[in-house]
Amino acid sequence: MATRSPPSKSPWSWRSRAFRGLVYQLVAFAVIALVIWFLASNTLHNMRVRGIQSGFDFLSQSAGFSIGESLFAFDSAESYWRAFLVGIVNTLRVAVAGIFLATVLGTLVGVGRFSRNALVRGLCAAYVECFRNVPVLLHLLMWYLVLTEMLPSIQDAWKFGPFFLSKGGVNFPVPIWQAGQAWAAGGVVAGVVLAWLYRRWALKRFEATGIAASMFWAPVAIVIAAGLLGWLAGGAPTLVDSPVKGEFAVENGGALTPEFLALLIGLTTYTASFIAEVVRSGIASVPAGQSEAAAALGLDRGLDIRLVMMPQALRVVIPPMTNQYLNLTKNSSLAVAIGYPDVVSIANTAMNQTGRAVECIAIVMAVYLTLSLLTSAFMNWYNARVAIKER
Amino acid sequence: MSATSFQPIAARPAPTDSRSLPAWLRRNLFGDWKTAGSTIVLGALLLWFVPQFLNWSLLQAVWAPDLKACRAAEGVGACWGVVAEKFRLIIFGRYPFGEQWRPLVATALMLAMLVASCTRPLWKPWLAVLWVVVLAVFFVLMYGNTLGLTKVETDRWGGLPLTILLATLSILMAFPIALAVALGRRSDLPAIRVFCTLYVELIRGVPLISVLFMASFMFPLFMPQGLTIDVLIRVLVGMTLFAAAYLAEVIRGGLQAIPKGQIEAAATLGLSYWQIQRKIVLPQALAMVVPSIVNSFISIFKDTSLVSIVSLYDLTGALDMAINADANWKPFKLQGYLFIALIYFIFCFSMSRYSQWVEKQVNKSKGR
Amino acid sequence: MSRFTKQWLAAALAACGLMAAAPAMAGKTLDGIKSRGQLVCGVHTGLPGFSAADSNGKWGGLDVDVCRAVAAAVLGDPEKVKYVPLTAQQRFTALQSGEIDLLSRNTTLTLTRDASLGLHGTVVTYYDGQGFIVHKKSNIKNPKQFKNQTVCVQSGTTTEKNLTDYSKANNLNIKTVVFEKEEAATAAYFAGRCISYTTDASGLASIRNKGATTPADHVILSELVSKEPLGPMVRRGDDEWFAIVKWVIYGLIEAEEYDITQAAVDQLKTSSQDPVVKRILGTGEDTGKLLGLDKDWMARALKATGHYGEIFERNVGPKSALGLPRGINNQWNKGGLMYAIPIR
Repeated sequence: MATRSPPSKSPWSWRSRAFRGLVYQLVAFAVIALVIWFLASNTLHNMRVRGIQSGFDFLSQSAGFSIGESLFAFDSAESYWRAFLVGIVNTLRVAVAGIFLATVLGTLVGVGRFSRNALVRGLCAAYVECFRNVPVLLHLLMWYLVLTEMLPSIQDAWKFGPFFLSKGGVNFPVPIWQAGQAWAAGGVVAGVVLAWLYRRWALKRFEATGIAASMFWAPVAIVIAAGLLGWLAGGAPTLVDSPVKGEFAVENGGALTPEFLALLIGLTTYTASFIAEVVRSGIASVPAGQSEAAAALGLDRGLDIRLVMMPQALRVVIPPMTNQYLNLTKNSSLAVAIGYPDVVSIANTAMNQTGRAVECIAIVMAVYLTLSLLTSAFMNWYNARVAIKER
Repeated sequence: MSATSFQPIAARPAPTDSRSLPAWLRRNLFGDWKTAGSTIVLGALLLWFVPQFLNWSLLQAVWAPDLKACRAAEGVGACWGVVAEKFRLIIFGRYPFGEQWRPLVATALMLAMLVASCTRPLWKPWLAVLWVVVLAVFFVLMYGNTLGLTKVETDRWGGLPLTILLATLSILMAFPIALAVALGRRSDLPAIRVFCTLYVELIRGVPLISVLFMASFMFPLFMPQGLTIDVLIRVLVGMTLFAAAYLAEVIRGGLQAIPKGQIEAAATLGLSYWQIQRKIVLPQALAMVVPSIVNSFISIFKDTSLVSIVSLYDLTGALDMAINADANWKPFKLQGYLFIALIYFIFCFSMSRYSQWVEKQVNKSKGR
Repeated sequence: MSRFTKQWLAAALAACGLMAAAPAMAGKTLDGIKSRGQLVCGVHTGLPGFSAADSNGKWGGLDVDVCRAVAAAVLGDPEKVKYVPLTAQQRFTALQSGEIDLLSRNTTLTLTRDASLGLHGTVVTYYDGQGFIVHKKSNIKNPKQFKNQTVCVQSGTTTEKNLTDYSKANNLNIKTVVFEKEEAATAAYFAGRCISYTTDASGLASIRNKGATTPADHVILSELVSKEPLGPMVRRGDDEWFAIVKWVIYGLIEAEEYDITQAAVDQLKTSSQDPVVKRILGTGEDTGKLLGLDKDWMARALKATGHYGEIFERNVGPKSALGLPRGINNQWNKGGLMYAIPIR
């Protein structure tokens, strides 16, 4: 019998996996390149034929339109890129405030679903179901309608102390910046440093002796006290810019417009209902036995939550929480429906004034992509911190 | 050792009755002083609020489309008359009045199909065929121009049928794309993996509204001159691409949950890549992610409301149009919003219940 | 279903990148209109008096009548128009992309729009100016009283920029609330969010009429802050089509000067000896041939809509629901600005 040698393994064959893989990739690449070429050449051709101008040069031209609200002064003579900056800051403002408030509210509601009180449980469940099953756009439209229809007109604004509430929004006093406030700010900074030092000391002592010290209230107290001391040292400046009612408007002071408020309230209450579910599933993922074990070891409820439940629940919670934060940020683009000048709204105006549709949409997409990536990066960093450290 | 006589310890008290309603109430509402306190505070708030709300929304409400009665009841009772007055306009948008039986039948058909698709025994290949047939019937009914039906241009479609059409069609068309992208993201081929990842991350990074703006305002620029595509289709394409990215992530989650050993075992048996995906991986992965797919459907259903910003008259847009066009009924817009919120709620809530039910079934089968 | 499926196919093909050549009609708007038997006209989504659909979906208004006149001149039937309702943001892309043949949507003709958007403004059909509407109880008589006030405005309009210019010129520090949709902007004004809403004065009349619960509660201020010449626009690059639209509108205006009313067209066609009337009605020289139309083109347009004065009276004039005065939109020989370049 002739011995059969194994088939020679040629490194290359038309039927090899590697070759097929290469072909697939080349085909995919070609198809995508073709599609992109097709779209791009159409766009360029169309723009050329119709004499539509293109390019980002318009960003340095004068914008020529004013923006209703912005954190820093914006004049219509300033350039388009400043206008976009105002829009981006407005988006960030509502997104950051919304994320903070939604996290607080959502966590409260999520924890509330484990309450021993059936009424609290029921209300929290009802909240979640009612708010998350209605489109967020409808939330915003309804809040805006309520704020603009139901509140009194600016002429007869409701007055609560130095606060005014009307169709013009909320007006509130703001402290006027003086030299004394620099002391107060300095005091707060010093307080933060002190609090950090205190925490380190307390931790060291706990590890050495087992005597637990307050790790939350004491640092907070330190910061507040230091701030107060600084304020007193600065001569206790009390000058504030209070709103006053003018003939047609409430003037001076700080103001939050109904557009901002409707957007903030709508996004917060809507996203909170999702965050509540995230928190609930996080808590539910920690077996009840852990709590019981903690109690058996003598940890009280607070320590149990802080040292046993939280670290485990957070690991489950953070990835979906990141998604909710991203959703909130993206949903803030619905501001266009209620007249809040966020980046999408500014881009639309710019698009109409200059006709640079492609460029404006590209800017909007770039802004949101950057925000998404930044949020993801931050949450990934935080996630890595709370993840199980395997030793 | 002295003999000890048997001394029975005192009998333990009978276990407290934990089943009956009073006992449940006692434990859950007045368990300790904290619970009791919050019950009293919340109960008082509810007792103050709920009767007022019921009074406004039901008892003092005006149900008939009677403008005078509504004006009289303003501030005291809700005016549901606005819904009664504008009902057809809200539900069907600007679809020709006399022809509105067509969207009604088409929508009913679509809903029946959706319910059928939620029933496990019907998950057969012919369901896909049936979907194609139903969609064809839907379009024929809505568009007309054949079988003696008058032609109704797409710009007159509106209301609930449009909402349901957008949601259903975009998720249906998104599914195959999502499947391909999800597989692509787990592929060994770097180019394909990169493309799929790029697509998913790009789309997921931007808000739907900018995709819609692009679809409705800029899409024409991308197309060859003279070729115009109906705005409804443009929006549909935008929503499909958007939904596909999210759906791809959902499906990828299912794919990741399949143990690698199964794939290796299948490869050892000599199955090709596609055979492995088709016979081993996808059936398990898809069954596992059905609840998440339903959830994606819910969010797309809610997101259809955004098309009203680009001037399509879906349920939200139709309501705006119906009420803004008539100054008399404008003060009662809030009731209109509440009405369509209720419609959205009914759809989304029942779907989320279904998804929870499926999840339980899946977990049950896992537990065996 | 056929057009629909075609579009589907086209979309699918385009997406696959297999689309080599597009249906060629780019340069030849007129050929496209003739071959599809329909003029596609971009109009406002709902501005009674200018363009609005009634409950049966029938469109009417001054802008709509322009479309009807052009359709009658080109296709012989004023009903052969497909109306595409467009928002302020959509209108230019829709025209640029060829989705519509003619944009007749109370659009201000400006240099930027002509020069950088790839469009051509034709003839002014309504001379307007930007005005303000205020709540009567606010007692405001003049826009100069708007110091530090909030004014609602729609985005994508010339108004937004004018308002800023006005505010700056008069040092008023007006705050704007900008809405994507006109309905949202007017709803916010009527709700009392803003002290005023601003747009073209004609638009204000229309909005007060349809939007206010009691129109008498709102006052349109007499001071206008800008010139807003409104007129139809066409795409660049098709001069024949541009000429047709331009001359149909001039024809409508000139017909008023010579008193060729809708009712009198047929009679004048046979009886009139005036060479100008004969030219307009096609019984004298063949003016249509020069435009690529037949000689009855203007007679058909006039029969469909009547002359400019009739269109104005019917839709927006003092006797209509809007009740706008003729003012500067009167004929040049009656103290207005409507001066048609003669058809000859």
